[in-house]
Amino acid sequence: MSASSSESSELTTGVERQQMSVDIAGVGFGPAMGGFLTTLSCGLSNEDGTPRLESAVSPGMPLQVICYERADGLGFGVSGAVTRARGIRASFPGVDLTQIPMAARVSHEKLVYLLDPIGASRRSLLFRMKDRMIRALGRAARLRDHAVELPFTPKFMRKHDGMIFSLGQLNQWVSEQVASSGAVQVWPGMPVSEPLIEGDGVQGIRLADQGVGLDGAPGEGFMPGMDIHAALTVVADGPVGAVGRKIDAHFGMPEGNHQREWALGMKMVVELREDSGLEAGTVLHTLGFPEPEIFGFLYVHPDRLASVGIFIPSWLRSPVRTAYRYLQHFMMHPYLWRHLQGGVLKSWGAKSLQESGRHGEPFLAGNGYARIGEGSGSTNVLAGSGVDEAWTTGTQLAEAVIELLEQKKTFTRENLEQSYVRRRRESWVDAEAKVAADSRNGFQHGVVDGLIGMAIASVTRGWVFVAPEQGGGRSRPLSLEEVYGSRVSAAELTALREECAGQGTSLHDRIMDRCGWPEIPFDGQLLISHQDALLMGGSVQAPPGYANHIVFRRPELCRECEPKVCVEMCSGQAITRGENGVPAFDREKCVYCGACLWNCGVDEGNIEFNAGAGGLHSSLN
Amino acid sequence: MSNTYHIVVCAGVVPDPLQTLEPVTTPNGPGLKNEMMLPAVLDPWAGHALYEAANLAARCAGSKVWLVSAAPKAKLQQVMMNVAQKASFELVPVDAAANGFADAHAVAAALSQAIEAIPGLDRSRLLLFGGWESASRGAGVTMQLVGEQLGIIDQFQGVDELTVQPDGSLEILERIEGGRHMVSVCPGPPVLLGWATGNLPEPKNNPQVGMANMRTIMPALQKAKPAALASDAVRFVSVTPPKQQRQTRVVKDQSADEIAAELLEWIAAD
Repeated sequence: MSASSSESSELTTGVERQQMSVDIAGVGFGPAMGGFLTTLSCGLSNEDGTPRLESAVSPGMPLQVICYERADGLGFGVSGAVTRARGIRASFPGVDLTQIPMAARVSHEKLVYLLDPIGASRRSLLFRMKDRMIRALGRAARLRDHAVELPFTPKFMRKHDGMIFSLGQLNQWVSEQVASSGAVQVWPGMPVSEPLIEGDGVQGIRLADQGVGLDGAPGEGFMPGMDIHAALTVVADGPVGAVGRKIDAHFGMPEGNHQREWALGMKMVVELREDSGLEAGTVLHTLGFPEPEIFGFLYVHPDRLASVGIFIPSWLRSPVRTAYRYLQHFMMHPYLWRHLQGGVLKSWGAKSLQESGRHGEPFLAGNGYARIGEGSGSTNVLAGSGVDEAWTTGTQLAEAVIELLEQKKTFTRENLEQSYVRRRRESWVDAEAKVAADSRNGFQHGVVDGLIGMAIASVTRGWVFVAPEQGGGRSRPLSLEEVYGSRVSAAELTALREECAGQGTSLHDRIMDRCGWPEIPFDGQLLISHQDALLMGGSVQAPPGYANHIVFRRPELCRECEPKVCVEMCSGQAITRGENGVPAFDREKCVYCGACLWNCGVDEGNIEFNAGAGGLHSSLN
Repeated sequence: MSNTYHIVVCAGVVPDPLQTLEPVTTPNGPGLKNEMMLPAVLDPWAGHALYEAANLAARCAGSKVWLVSAAPKAKLQQVMMNVAQKASFELVPVDAAANGFADAHAVAAALSQAIEAIPGLDRSRLLLFGGWESASRGAGVTMQLVGEQLGIIDQFQGVDELTVQPDGSLEILERIEGGRHMVSVCPGPPVLLGWATGNLPEPKNNPQVGMANMRTIMPALQKAKPAALASDAVRFVSVTPPKQQRQTRVVKDQSADEIAAELLEWIAAD
């Protein structure tokens, strides 16, 4: 049996591992796995509760289905989600989804253009001219609090018939429904390190080693990760999941597909003051501030809670694009601050989003495995919607699995293509993904081109779109001089770079200060330091006995790499400038956002992002 | 005398202490804000008791561990997803709206009734384990009350170590003031041990243990009967969180002297 090699696993090569066989093994518990297990568990039992399908590995027993999640709980997903919830509703006919904690029906939806009230934003001439025109027109342009509420929300963005969820609470609720069926088992706190690949198929998964040092070397109480053999491995570990990425590395991507476009979503859950003026069900989409490339959102949950956040896309080419301070400036924009001022931070978090959409789709099925959810390219980049799409891909796979089991067919690539992939291709998920596929190409040329491109793709149902930039590769950050050279002299940039390198800090704050962004007036409640957000917005857990999940493969390459965007963009300040210019990693601050993975400055990628335990504990996310 | 034990661990379920816990007054008395939304964990004190029980059972062939817990069924199910991977046990669930403000007498009555109803439980081999204190409220009397209701005379609290002697007697180390232990010896079961932290690390997650446990846990949860806890036995006049202000910062490699000086300054300023 072969398995992907890694620096940490090489330290345990040859150790004897316990084996266990199940019928279906799942990796990662999020919306996709929720949809899969919800549908599957319903299909595994007869009306009287007796099992419908017998296990092949434990004859006489019901089908053995097991799912492993690396986080310590099932309710620690990071996202405040607004979704049309078509797939989720279909899975729970007759169920009032507002019974899910923090869930609300969308009641008001607005798209808001935010002008720059500070004058520090990096706006193009076109943007500045447009802003001047809006300011000159004043109320005639519906200008208020340095913002313009657009008269309508474009159809492709609308969630007017949808739901606002806390993804953490949705996952928790779904896991309770699934587990109470008794038909499937879901185990949190168990990272899966890699797929078991044999020949042209996947034979199961290997769990992470326990009782090892930070370098992965066996230590006291060493317990080699168990090999779980399964006829079908369901991969739903998201865009930065170790299993999905190792499968891609082994089998490659379909010709022409790529995963170049990313974004980092960072958000806070805020308890609003009583007279905030925001009603549950309100959805605000924003653009224009703190930088033109940064989109923002505000969703209002019941009980005066609101999710507020921003997306830092990979096409924001600044090499010092830390999300945290941008998020604070975003919240303090007068249009939002009138609602948020006086609020209290209840939760905070960040995650990477795979934004290549259908172009980022890996092989959806192979011998012994199937891919669902965000890691399978299900996110609709035009609608800005991922949760419901991920859920639906899970339900499609479950229907296919039940069909194959009833027909006593095996989980070969061909059978999964004819059952699961066919369902997906015939569904609204794929039809809408096709429309969205090239809708964001324009952002490779600039924000205005991007916005125009989205509108054109939407109106023409994807038939007309902006041509993508020639070349390929990831959207690389530009140099510091290219981005800030017009505002800060080269000599001063060099001095700032050397100063921060000497202090081991990131450049972001210093550059923002220098470019005129005001200092954040910390209030101890909502406006707090980045490190306080790690403690007050949840709690980062790093259980002992697991290896560091981030490894810099060749430190000499990191030493030469500048700018170190992995340091600048680390959501938890877990990656810092270490000794001799090699980044240092502190597991106790890592929130598993995965931003370092797609911000590595080395062309072939020098960061190994493995499965690890712990992460941010926050139930309100 | 054979060293085969029937170990019953009483374990509460508490909101994850890593979350922000905010006391509020509800129509049913004091509670925590959004309590049902908070992730639940096994009470850490009881967790130590469970790990000690599993360790002892593994060393004494033929021994068996039951985990008795009174909590809302959904919360118990959630907690079992974590705990069941760590140690082999049979769950005895009591579906009750127990939270940190439930009256200890009422909880003890529900627990002792559930223990008495365990089929095949041999009282002459009974080791009753639990937490010395609770992360939900530091009253620390529930275990004592359970023991009294079951007629267990030998009770030890603040236990850090249990050693089975060659003659079958039990040597028990209880915490006393000054960071020292009091050593006691009792002839054997039945005995009640309220555990402090013990000496064992949290067991590794073992998928095989988890799968085996779940085969009995889920049916037990599905059959769990609701138990009403007397709600009028205790009346809370007021509930307030500790008056502390947290000004956090993360500093590594600070000396103990510096930390102590800072704490003193903070306390003096209060």
